[in-house]
Amino acid sequence: MTESLKRGRNLLWLQSGGCGGCSMSLLCAESPDVLTTLDALGIHLLWHPSLSETSGADLRDLLEQIEAGEIPLDILCLEGSVLRGPNGTGKFHMMAGTGRPMMEWVNTLSALAKHVVAVGSCAAYGGITAAGGNPSDACGLQYDGAEKTGLLGEEFRARSGMPVVNIAGCPTHPNWVTETLMQIAAGQWTEQDMDELGRPRSYADHLVHHGCPRNEYYEFKASAEKPSDLGCMMEHMGCLGTQAHADCNTRLWNGQGSCQRGGYACINCTAPEFEEPGHAFNETPKIAGIPVGLPTDMPKAWFVALASLSKAATPKRLKENAVADHIRISPASRFRKGP
Amino acid sequence: MSRHIVGPFNRVEGDLEVQLEITAGQVREAWVVSPLYRGFEEILHGKDPSDAMVYTPRICGICSVSQSVAAAAALADCQGVMMPPNGEAAVNLILANENVADHLTHFYLFFMPDFAREVYAAESWYPKITERFKAISGDAVKQVLPARAEFMHLMGLLAGKWPHSLAIQPGGTTRSVEIQERMRIGSILFSFRRFLESALFGDSLENILALDSLDDLHTWAAQYPWDHSDFCRFLHVASALKLDELGKGSNTFMSNGVYPCQGEPLFKRGLWEGNSVSALDPDKIREDLSHSWMSHRKDPKHPYEGITIPDADAQDGYTWCKAPRLDGQVVEVGALARQVVNGHPLVRDLVRLNGGNVRNRVIARLLEIARVVVAMEDWTQELTPGEPCCNNVPMPEEAMGCGMTEAARGSLGHWLKIKNGRILNYQIISPTTWNFSPRDAQGTPGALEQALIGAPVRKGEKDPVAVQHIVRSFDPCMVCTVH
Repeated sequence: MTESLKRGRNLLWLQSGGCGGCSMSLLCAESPDVLTTLDALGIHLLWHPSLSETSGADLRDLLEQIEAGEIPLDILCLEGSVLRGPNGTGKFHMMAGTGRPMMEWVNTLSALAKHVVAVGSCAAYGGITAAGGNPSDACGLQYDGAEKTGLLGEEFRARSGMPVVNIAGCPTHPNWVTETLMQIAAGQWTEQDMDELGRPRSYADHLVHHGCPRNEYYEFKASAEKPSDLGCMMEHMGCLGTQAHADCNTRLWNGQGSCQRGGYACINCTAPEFEEPGHAFNETPKIAGIPVGLPTDMPKAWFVALASLSKAATPKRLKENAVADHIRISPASRFRKGP
Repeated sequence: MSRHIVGPFNRVEGDLEVQLEITAGQVREAWVVSPLYRGFEEILHGKDPSDAMVYTPRICGICSVSQSVAAAAALADCQGVMMPPNGEAAVNLILANENVADHLTHFYLFFMPDFAREVYAAESWYPKITERFKAISGDAVKQVLPARAEFMHLMGLLAGKWPHSLAIQPGGTTRSVEIQERMRIGSILFSFRRFLESALFGDSLENILALDSLDDLHTWAAQYPWDHSDFCRFLHVASALKLDELGKGSNTFMSNGVYPCQGEPLFKRGLWEGNSVSALDPDKIREDLSHSWMSHRKDPKHPYEGITIPDADAQDGYTWCKAPRLDGQVVEVGALARQVVNGHPLVRDLVRLNGGNVRNRVIARLLEIARVVVAMEDWTQELTPGEPCCNNVPMPEEAMGCGMTEAARGSLGHWLKIKNGRILNYQIISPTTWNFSPRDAQGTPGALEQALIGAPVRKGEKDPVAVQHIVRSFDPCMVCTVH
């Protein structure tokens, strides 16, 4: 038995009804990279679909050993939704080579794991796979949308006594995953570290709006009207950054990126049921000209009052830049000579 | 005879099962099973057409941008909108970033670790290959992950994030480019080129691209020790294990063409058959459902008319994958197909000598890394600060359109019909749907099913290593295959 197995930090990563994008995102982890991070934590990767050598019969043996209790399972990560269809059979994903539905494997292994981690909004809540009429009857580990009626259900607790950790996001930021695993491996994961939807508060206590480079446009309600415009995307373009729980604009993606920095709306991908907004993703639904979804914690009357006030006060610079794809007017400067 | 079952297959981006009939140490017949169905085509039905830009990239976490590019092209076809030159260059850079990163991921993380398996412990090259390519612990992966992550900073600059960006739109990109971004992209590419030239090739990209025949390639490799670079290491192992005799395909290759440059794609669209290129006619594509767990199986349909309704109990079904055929033929797609169609002299020589096989598929992929990175340097120069990156036109209430591109692993097409402003039908054919298709109504096996025939099986092998090399040589993406 290896050192890490003795210390109880072995991790099994399974994929089901998803796209594998959370793993691909994880491979973009930096300072340090994902394998170095796992090393630093003393986490022994029992198996990961993209990283491990083990395939076929060797993997089946490994799973059987875990099932028989011969290898302790400390952390089980599931990426992708649980597929319950058709008609509750789980046949939409039979785990290759085993003749058993993945749904059944996940159920069995979850009961044995000290910690169960849903990686991505699919595994957490059903996610994109549950969109439309939910053809595969997809759900999350503990949740089905915003309700705790997923595969494992409300009463489920992992061996540690903790409910499922929902690292929601589509995809997850690599550091949301590594930092949560760090806390778990260090024995510093408590129920107080999760919000009401099971998400790590380390990122879910923030809003995407925080650090958005379009904040000044937001303040003056200088709005973008079409793709590539520089203005705030809340009023017309469907941006949910003021309501979305995540730290995308203070943490940044792939070096210097985020959805807003890339010029497109936040679609609130860390929330249950983000996949069915009830309107086109790139349009803001309005009633009497006022966006339906207001910024988090903001009383409606105040928002309306402030919005009309700030609209009246919008500087020319912001008004013009908001509907341009490059800065037309730069900020005033007392050092500038001439007009 | 009972079938030998290999699975779960990993390092194939998704789940995969292969069933084999083995006699006298050889695979006689193979059945490829795609075991996961999610139903994106059903999900898209009735949606606002623009929502395709949110849903389709999420078909796949490794070909996410390719899916965006195909969806944007299909919607643009409906709208009749063209991208401004800046938008086109930015989309090419974003797509190339994903495709090259995918080639790298395939080579280092998915494909090469199989040569560090115990089964090869007696080979002279084993210690060095294991030290370099062993899954998780090899020293290559420690070098490749940071290089890949830094290369993908281009996504942060041009696409906001990867995977699942909304920066690519039918009329261009949402992210305009300033001079500082152009400069930064140039420096990211310079750093990535340095990694490729030192670790992967051990020579300049230009020298690699100048190789124009198999003899030339041999002469080039012979001037170095066998472990001079990762490309040299692969060529050495390929020759020791005769990987050019493994996994021979149908030798009909298709490419949708990719990276439009003001009307002319960098890699041409076409069909390679019987040692020559002809035009590819997308109207001749049909999807055969005779061996899929699908209903409505009568008459293979063109994707515009395609129906995707699952039926787990469909007679003779053994996979969720459909069987696309071009004019009734099985075709192979991927980097080898792209480069033979486009006319890369070394790849043409390889294919003329011995067609599709494990070695040739990998060589084509590595050459393409060099070719595309050089093209990325050019596109960076074409980004013009101050010029528009996106044209915006309204979506018609009724329209039909198709979008065809190339993902790292081959040809990807989206076909949609819009009625009353909503998606009436949306059908997708992904690269691995072509390569890993099941038998059709005529009983003709798909490309991988054909390539596996004759694969050697060693005594006592449960998961024949040759089968693993062949399967992974296609760089399959199972989450795209059935979406």
